[in-house]
Formats: sequence, structure tokens, C-alpha cells
Amino acid sequence: MKRLFVLLFSFLTLTVYAEAPVEGGEFQPGDMITHHIADDYTWHFADGVVLYLPVILVDNGEFKVFSSHNFYGENHETVPYNGYALEHGHITRVNEAGEPLEGHAALYDFSITKNVASMFVSVALLFIVFFIIAGRYKNNPKSAPRGIQSFFEPIIIFIRDEIAKANIGPKYERYMPYLLTVFFFIWFNNLLGLMPGGANLTGNIAVTLVLALITLLITVFSGNKSYWKHIFATPGVPTWLAPIMIPVELIGILTKPFSLMVRLFANITAGHIIILSLFSLIFIFRSVAVGPLSVAFATFMNFLELFVALLQAYIFTLLSAMYFGGAVEEHDHAEDHH
Amino acid sequence: MELVTPGIGLLFWQTVTFLIVLFLLGKFAWKPIMTALHERETSIESALSAAEKAKLEMQALKADNEKLLAEARMERDKILKEASEAGNSIVETAKLKANEEGARMIEQARESIENEKRAAITEVKNMAASLSLEIAEQILKRELSDKTAQHTLAQDYIREVTLN
Amino acid sequence: MLLAILLQAVSEGAGLGIMGAGIGAGLVALGAGLGIGRIGGSAMESIARQPEAGGKIQTAMIISSALIEGVTLFGVVVCLLIAIA
Repeated sequence: MKRLFVLLFSFLTLTVYAEAPVEGGEFQPGDMITHHIADDYTWHFADGVVLYLPVILVDNGEFKVFSSHNFYGENHETVPYNGYALEHGHITRVNEAGEPLEGHAALYDFSITKNVASMFVSVALLFIVFFIIAGRYKNNPKSAPRGIQSFFEPIIIFIRDEIAKANIGPKYERYMPYLLTVFFFIWFNNLLGLMPGGANLTGNIAVTLVLALITLLITVFSGNKSYWKHIFATPGVPTWLAPIMIPVELIGILTKPFSLMVRLFANITAGHIIILSLFSLIFIFRSVAVGPLSVAFATFMNFLELFVALLQAYIFTLLSAMYFGGAVEEHDHAEDHH
Repeated sequence: MELVTPGIGLLFWQTVTFLIVLFLLGKFAWKPIMTALHERETSIESALSAAEKAKLEMQALKADNEKLLAEARMERDKILKEASEAGNSIVETAKLKANEEGARMIEQARESIENEKRAAITEVKNMAASLSLEIAEQILKRELSDKTAQHTLAQDYIREVTLN
Repeated sequence: MLLAILLQAVSEGAGLGIMGAGIGAGLVALGAGLGIGRIGGSAMESIARQPEAGGKIQTAMIISSALIEGVTLFGVVVCLLIAIA
């Protein structure tokens, strides 16, 4: 296992090395890092090993599907295609001469980008792993767990007992599917992001925004009477404060998922940036001597990121469970607010 | 700012994919897993409680056995005690009876001895009477022949009689 | 010394924003380090005092650290945006 990790990390180095010369001339660490953590229309595994992903555009209510290979010329330079061009990682309308065109109708980009493709991989992985486990449970529910089942069972039980039961209370069963799915989705994608050539999916604001939004919606829709009472008529607060308290509480509802969103996004992105910056040091100093030091630091950071990958999945699930718990909690006692 | 601007494509795909994953995993993975875990836990719990119950039953049985044993022991002791008491009483009555019998026999013997004695005395008296009669006869006969002889003889007889 | 650097930065103009981002990131790290350090220290003390409540204390520690970290990362993201933009 250890050897496998070392192998993986050495591949990561290769990927960075492969990407560096593409910038041409002076090495720009900022550009390299930005390019890595941003989304892309191709999946660049190594130099020359590139997967061109499909582009799906909705232009003026019209579907346009073509391969992103059309955007790249022979020397890997970007070329306009069919009235569209790749500009700073975005598809824009251009005229015949390749000059930017101001579009009147909206241009929506639903392309299967690197992040989307990576998400599909993680989803396939989730399905394979958990359908196998579920099959084991279905076929012999009373036998002791075996294989991957015995690896995941303690985690599932931990989520059920320590996260759901402890923070939601007796109504925890309704939220178990969401908590389990979100935990394993984030964890798997964090780990896939650490893989060489992996996409920075959980470090993308759109992904964390959707996850946080679902948490918010579940919280709001499962809020009981006492939850709303605490927001619109907080016990123990005089009525004349209501014009201040209600907006504060309403903003409070929104800041919780907002912090969830930023936390996951920033943690994962920061991890990627740190590792890539450490590797960039080699190219900034143009020295082999910096190599071992930089690799040693990056390896250490990678191990830390493995821990962070699990920790962030745990934190997201735990805080979601706490918000659900706050929404379904029964406040019987007058002293019990908060 | 691009870093914190969510792209519509990824937003769309993430929402769709996540909801599909949530639905499929919820239906085909989490449900059977949670049910199986729950079932296993309840079965383990029931097995544990059954074992506990069996243990309690065993203890009750053991206690019952001990009680029975103690009762049997007590019974035995009682029976032994009773038997020894019965034996004692039998010996006692036998002794009493024997004593009584002995006493009765002694009494009988004494009575018979008394009777014999009385009979013997009567016989002696009768014999003495007949002897006296004989003596008297003899003396009477001699009287007829010799007076002094007669006298000495009477003297002798008298002496004999008193001696006897 | 600092004044000289500042003056040079002002005269060059463009670097000022990036410098601000760097200083901001440093301040953010300082604040977060202090805050999370305090949490960690107090948690250690509590666990040492009551080892049987270790699990609960650990969960509470992670939650409060995550809350601080959330704000911290907000600051880091702002600095990052200034530096990259």
C-alpha cells in the first residue's frame, strides 16, 4: 500500500513536469496552478496522453455537441471551430475571422468537462463498491462482514451512531441516505482529486455549492414548528427587537450552508495549491538540488491531504447532521433555547 | 474571480448526478445495508437476551435442584430419626415386656413354690399324723408285753419326733 | 526597512495588491493558528482531566476547529483572489 502511494505521488510529479513546458518560455507557477485547479475541456493525464471530452452547448435554445479536439490545432494551440473559440478556459462566440462576437442570446455550456468526467468516474466507483456491499448484506445478512464490507461497515456504523444518532436524535433514519451519500461522495472525490491526473472536483465551488444547497433545502423543509418559532419569535427576546432579529436569523440560515460550501472548496483547493507550489519550487529555482526537499515536503503534504480528505467529508456530514438536528429538535423546555 | 464563480455546466451535472446517486444508492445500497445492519443487531441482541434468559433459567433450575436436594436430605434425616426413634421404642417396649414377663414368671414360680411348700407341709403333717398313729400302734402293741420297754420306746420316738 | 519596502511597492504600484494579499494570508494564518491552538490545548487539558470523555471532547474540538477554519479559509480565498487576479 505504501509503495502504491509513493508510486502515485511520483506520477503526480510527472504530470506537473509534463504540464510545465506547455506554458512555453518562462515557467509561470501561478498559471500552472490556476490551470490545474480550474476546470478543463480535455483530460490531461500525462504529456501526450490526453482525453478530449465532448462539448455540449445550448446556443439560442439549440443543442450543439462536438468533441473538444476540434478546438486544438496540430501544435496544441487553440483554434476556433464552427463559430466558437476557447478563450481563457471558456467557450465564446467568434466570427469567421476568429474575433470575439457579442452574443445577444445566452450561450449555455453543459460540456462534459474534466470535473464532470471525474465525477462520473467517482459515481461509477461508488455504485460498484456499494452495490457489491449491499449484495453481500442482502444475501447473507447475519454473517460477519468480509472483504471491503468489513472496511466500510464500521464507517457506516460510525456515521449512523456518532453522526446521525448523536446529532439528529430519534428521527435520524430519514436522513441516513443523504448523510451516507454525501460522506462517501465527498470522500471518494477528495481521494480521486489527490490521484495523479485527478480533477479538482470537490475544490470547485459549483460542486460544493450544490451539496451545501441540498443540505440547506433538507434543513428548511424538515424544520418543525419550534425551529421556525426560534427564527421568527426567538424565545426570551423582546418583540421590539424582532425587526433586527428576524433578518439576523434568516441570514444565519444561509451562512451555515455558505460556510459548508467555502470550507470544503477552500480546503481542497488549498491542498492542491500547496502541493503544486512545492513542486513549482523545482522549476522556479531551476535546480535539481531543490528536488528532494520539494518532493519530501510534497509527500508530507500529500499524506496530510489524505487525512484532510477524510476529515472534510466527516466535517461536512457532521455539520449537515447538526443542522438537520437543529431543525427537527423538539424544544419542550423554556430554558432549552440554542 | 473565476475561482469562485460556479459554472452552469458543472452546477447542472453535479445536481443531476448527485440526485441520481442519492436516489439509486438510497434505494439499492443504503436501504438493504441499514436493514441488514439493523436486523443483525436485533438478532445479536435477541441472541444475547436469550442467552441471558437461559442463564437465568439454568440458575433457577439449579436453585430448584438444590432445594429439592435439601428437602430430600431433610426427609432422609427425618426418616432416619424416626426409624431410630421407632427402634428405640421397640427395644424399650421389648425390655418392658421382658421385665414384666420375668416378674410374672418369678411371681408364678414363687406361687408354685409356695403351693409346693404348702403341699409338702401338709404331707409332712399327714405323715407325722400317720407316723404318730403307727407309733401309737406300736406302743400300744408293746404295752401289752413289757412296761419298761414300752416306756423307753415311747421316749425314743418322742425324741425322734422332736428331732425330726 | 519596512518603510523602504512600502515606498518601493508604492512606486512600483502593481505589487501593492499582491503584497496586501500576502500580508493578509499571513494574518489569517496567525489568527487561525492562535484560535485552533487554543482549542487544541484546551481539548488536551480536558482529555487529560477526563479521559473517559475523550470521544465527546474530540468531536467538539473538531467542530469548533472547523468553524474557525471556515472563517479562516474565507480570508485565504480573498487573499488568493487578490493574488491571482
